[in-house]
Amino acid sequence: MNLPVKTTNVVVPEKGVGPALREARHLSFWAENAAPIGLVVLVIVFSILSPSFLTIGNIQSMLVAAAILVILAVAQSFVITTGGIDLSISATMTLGAVGFGLSWQAGLGFWPSAVIALLSSAVIGLVNGLLIAKGKVTDFIATLGTLSVATGLALILTSGRPISITSVELLRLTTGSVWIIGFPFILAIVVGIVAWFLMFRMRFGLHVQAVGGSEEAAVANGINAGRVRIAVYLIAAVLAGLGAILLVARIGAAEPAINTSYLLNSIAAVVLGGVSLTGGRAKIVGPILGALLLTALTNGLTLLGVSQFYQPLAVGLVVVLAALLTRFQKK
Amino acid sequence: MNAAANSDVILSAQDITKSFGGVHALRGASITMRRGEVTALIGDNGAGKSTLVRCLSGIHAPDSGTITLDGEIVHFDTPLAAREAGIETVQQNLALVEDLTVWQNFFLGRERTKGAGPFRMLDRSSMRSTATEMLSDLAVNVPPVTSRVRRLSGGQRQAVAIARAAGWGSSIVIMDEPTAALGVQETARVEDAIRKLQASGVAVLLISHNFDQVLRLSDHVWVMRGGLAVAERRADETTGDELVALITGAKAA
Ligand SMILES: Nc1ncnc2c1ncn2[C@@H]1O[C@H](COP(=O)(O)OP(=O)(O)OP(=O)(O)O)[C@@H](O)[C@H]1O
Ligand SMILES: [Mg+2]
Repeated sequence: MNLPVKTTNVVVPEKGVGPALREARHLSFWAENAAPIGLVVLVIVFSILSPSFLTIGNIQSMLVAAAILVILAVAQSFVITTGGIDLSISATMTLGAVGFGLSWQAGLGFWPSAVIALLSSAVIGLVNGLLIAKGKVTDFIATLGTLSVATGLALILTSGRPISITSVELLRLTTGSVWIIGFPFILAIVVGIVAWFLMFRMRFGLHVQAVGGSEEAAVANGINAGRVRIAVYLIAAVLAGLGAILLVARIGAAEPAINTSYLLNSIAAVVLGGVSLTGGRAKIVGPILGALLLTALTNGLTLLGVSQFYQPLAVGLVVVLAALLTRFQKK
Repeated sequence: MNAAANSDVILSAQDITKSFGGVHALRGASITMRRGEVTALIGDNGAGKSTLVRCLSGIHAPDSGTITLDGEIVHFDTPLAAREAGIETVQQNLALVEDLTVWQNFFLGRERTKGAGPFRMLDRSSMRSTATEMLSDLAVNVPPVTSRVRRLSGGQRQAVAIARAAGWGSSIVIMDEPTAALGVQETARVEDAIRKLQASGVAVLLISHNFDQVLRLSDHVWVMRGGLAVAERRADETTGDELVALITGAKAA
């Protein structure tokens, strides 16, 4: 057993460029910063290979394209920090989109339809939370179940047909921008900032991290772990509902189709962001950068004329590489 | 039980039962703690000591039985309720979240916030400085409160858990095997901390397998066997040999 060391002897982590450079010799540095490094590398490579990659127009469209994934990655990050996973996130988004479409079809305006989109997604989140926190069902199984339920409901409610929507507000949402930054991305960044404060500056986020780190210790300190779990699945679902509104705006229709790539990419973004699936260590900026990286990767490959078929392969390789790197993260 | 001492009793647990499925961890255990004393709770592995501690600290609700604190019957639905009633506990497993920092662990479940309404932010600087003070009060050399618990040694963790329990001005501190994994010097420090608590008027419930330590520190000893408190002794009227006999059942109470 070591003696408790004197305060003065303890190495306090330094901040600044010098130590960062020294740390770069260690694998853990690359593991901790996989997302920003990967993003920079991708941007450099693609801008060399394709002159149109770093044009204002392309950056603009990349940011808009990234918005939904950024929001889903933030959502997934809350769940994964508790040691859970939300496999239903993309199906929840689909159901939210259908909720929007049906309300719109019923003659409700944009705002009521948007609220109904959020609510119909929230229902799935609540079911997830209750199944996992109260029913003690494994997160994987519970959200796999609701993935199927939400997908089925979306198909049943629409008879499998997309509902096309033309709304001034939706049009403004997709096309509006401040300078080169489109409204969808601004929304995503606002979500990211709020999420960061919630996770790192507020009581709730500390409890999320505590439950993920050690549920037993969290409970022994008076934290209601069940309530925290319900809350993270609810947050994830409401964010998926927000993504649904962006999705409807983007496509111009509420489609009941499943979109598994959003699910896989949301988890991939979180893994790229350096979050361990075992929970306990929260990150918000990392997953956002991970989402940007994945979007840049898809965009760059498209610009280079690489067949769509290769995109899942590329995403898969990047994610597996990132997952391998996380083994070298500092504990 | 000594009726004359009743006014001195700060906490009493009567006929506490607790089962986990088919396992009867407590079968009607009764103990009392007196004001200003160190009360020891000893017994073999699985005797039910930690289960009793967890009932007293609000982690488990007893299946039956009553807990009386300062003459009033109390029900601790959550660990927070026990803390609010003035009972702090160092659990056997320390109840620290390794991924969080020392100061975060200190304030887990009772964070200080500033601001208003739903936008209350954690008052990080105030929590950090208080945690630093509480740690140094224990006079144990420990790392900065911004380090993650995962990086601490076993002894440092134990120091953190004890400092967390000791620093709130509570009336009762329960320590479930606080020196179990400690070296000689750390054990001495923890024993100092227990004496300091006692000197400041805190009633301490000490669970320990170390009879020398029990006889050195405590005023009163309760012996548990098979989910029951089977005997009690004044520490200055018993010996290690007698305690062993009581624990094993070789000697009846
Ligand atoms: N959460 C639980 N679920 C099931 N059984 C439990 C639980 N907690 C305790 N037990 C059982 O209750 C009995 C008493 O356990 P307890 O931890 O109270 O013993 P103890 O006296 O603290 O032992 P030790 O000296 O080893 O710490 C044991 O048989 C144990 O297996
Ligand atoms: Mg025990």
